[in-house]
Amino acid sequence: MEYFLQQLINGLSLGSIYGLIAIGYTMVYGIIGMINFAHGDIYMIGAFLAVIGFTAIGLVGGLWTPLAVALVLIIAMVFTAAYGWVVERFAYRPLRGSFRLAPLISAIGMSILLQNYVQLVQGARVKPISPVVQGGFELMERDDGFTVNLSYMQIIIIVLTLVLMIVFATLIARTALGRSQRACEQDKTMAALVGINVDRTISLTFVIGAALAAVAGVMVTMYYGVVDFYIGFLAGVKAFTAAVLGGIGSLPGAMIGGILIGLIEAFWAAYFSAEYKDVAAFSILVLALIFRPYGILGRPEVEKV
Amino acid sequence: MLVIENLRTNYGAIEALKGISLDVQEGEIVTLIGANGAGKSTTLMSISGAVPAQSGRIIFDGEDITKLPAHEIVRRKIAQAPEGRRIFPRMTVEENLMLGAMTADPQNYDRNRDEVFELFPRLKERRSQRGGTLSGGEQQMLAIGRALMSEPRLLILDEPSLGLAPMIVRQIFEIIAKVNKERGLTVFMVEQNANQALKIAHRAHVLVTGEITLSGKGAELRANEEVRAAYLEGH
Repeated sequence: MEYFLQQLINGLSLGSIYGLIAIGYTMVYGIIGMINFAHGDIYMIGAFLAVIGFTAIGLVGGLWTPLAVALVLIIAMVFTAAYGWVVERFAYRPLRGSFRLAPLISAIGMSILLQNYVQLVQGARVKPISPVVQGGFELMERDDGFTVNLSYMQIIIIVLTLVLMIVFATLIARTALGRSQRACEQDKTMAALVGINVDRTISLTFVIGAALAAVAGVMVTMYYGVVDFYIGFLAGVKAFTAAVLGGIGSLPGAMIGGILIGLIEAFWAAYFSAEYKDVAAFSILVLALIFRPYGILGRPEVEKV
Repeated sequence: MLVIENLRTNYGAIEALKGISLDVQEGEIVTLIGANGAGKSTTLMSISGAVPAQSGRIIFDGEDITKLPAHEIVRRKIAQAPEGRRIFPRMTVEENLMLGAMTADPQNYDRNRDEVFELFPRLKERRSQRGGTLSGGEQQMLAIGRALMSEPRLLILDEPSLGLAPMIVRQIFEIIAKVNKERGLTVFMVEQNANQALKIAHRAHVLVTGEITLSGKGAELRANEEVRAAYLEGH
């Protein structure tokens, strides 16, 4: 029981991070129908910006921790969003109206480019940071001494994700920007006819997705304390799995899918085999694609000719 | 108000418009009639900026709008209710109207919406229902209502009667005539239902495979032998 509870906490923290990344996949798919394979690397950029940010703050003598975290979050979100904008503007927009596979191939190229760029400027070695937020609550203790812990970092991850989700859901459901975004998803020609700048709305989708991925990147850096240029690939594919599992194109689906993948991974690692936790996540992808390709909350796609 | 000069538009490899010229005066209802594939919708989409013109000019209020993108043309007060109505299916009636009001002054929103609800009371009943669940007639009302929300000076309608029951068609044409008469709203309309369209139109043009072959007053064209034979018999 105690062991189960601990894995539940771990799985929720991990799942929150996957969910934040998955939002970017699902939004971009919703609006332009492509899988942005460079999105995982956008998240990796966010993680590196966190390393740079925290290191820089450490160099100038440090700051009050909540202020430092807030500052790093803002810097990472702004710069990562700029990367997201640039990627869309130069790698995808010129290919709009081209054949369906073109932007997909361009995305894979972009992913490799971002990885190599970071490897070149930051080096191939793993980058550590000293722990920013330490400690936590001891929830309960088993007779044999096993304790269930909820760290402050896990609380930050879960609460921040929850808050961002509420803000984000409100943005999409209630604001003019959200309405424009949904209008472009449903009918781009008509969206332009009512006066929406479709290109700008697509750019904003990338910017928002990248900013959320940046938050995930900062959280992961603080959670694990290490980052390398290759983390975007695995996290990206898992978040993509989460988006597919939840129903690609569905925003709540992405979050639910993310939490599920996090939980499956945590429980699989705890009860079966930690070495094969990635296999568990990807088996879910295969099973989802075979038995429920439109996901938990997705709409069955009508094939357009 | 609207002047089209020698407009040519290609649709893929096909020459959809072979240099058409026409004009719409302030306060008029002008209709463009013609068979399927004659280029009627292409003409309207070119005016709205959704299909690029190959050559020629489209002038609105003295300004050349030929090269403007679609989202800029609505800001010049030209609104379109396109063919097939193109309601945003997963948004409510009211959200569709809000999107129509994108380019209008937000302060006028409540007033404009109430006016649309007055013209189409059905929309008020259905205001929180999703667009995709409306009937064809209600969708057409919403498409016109959405266009009116942008406070247009020129309202472009593409086949407003398509696929609707005769009673609804009559109702919709009455409302078009009404907004034209009471608000002085200029209307440029494409129709296959030529009989109904010519009844309310001040002037009309006949489009045959990308070229305008006949122009004249609505009543004149209704009496014209060729037009009767080609577009009116059987309606």
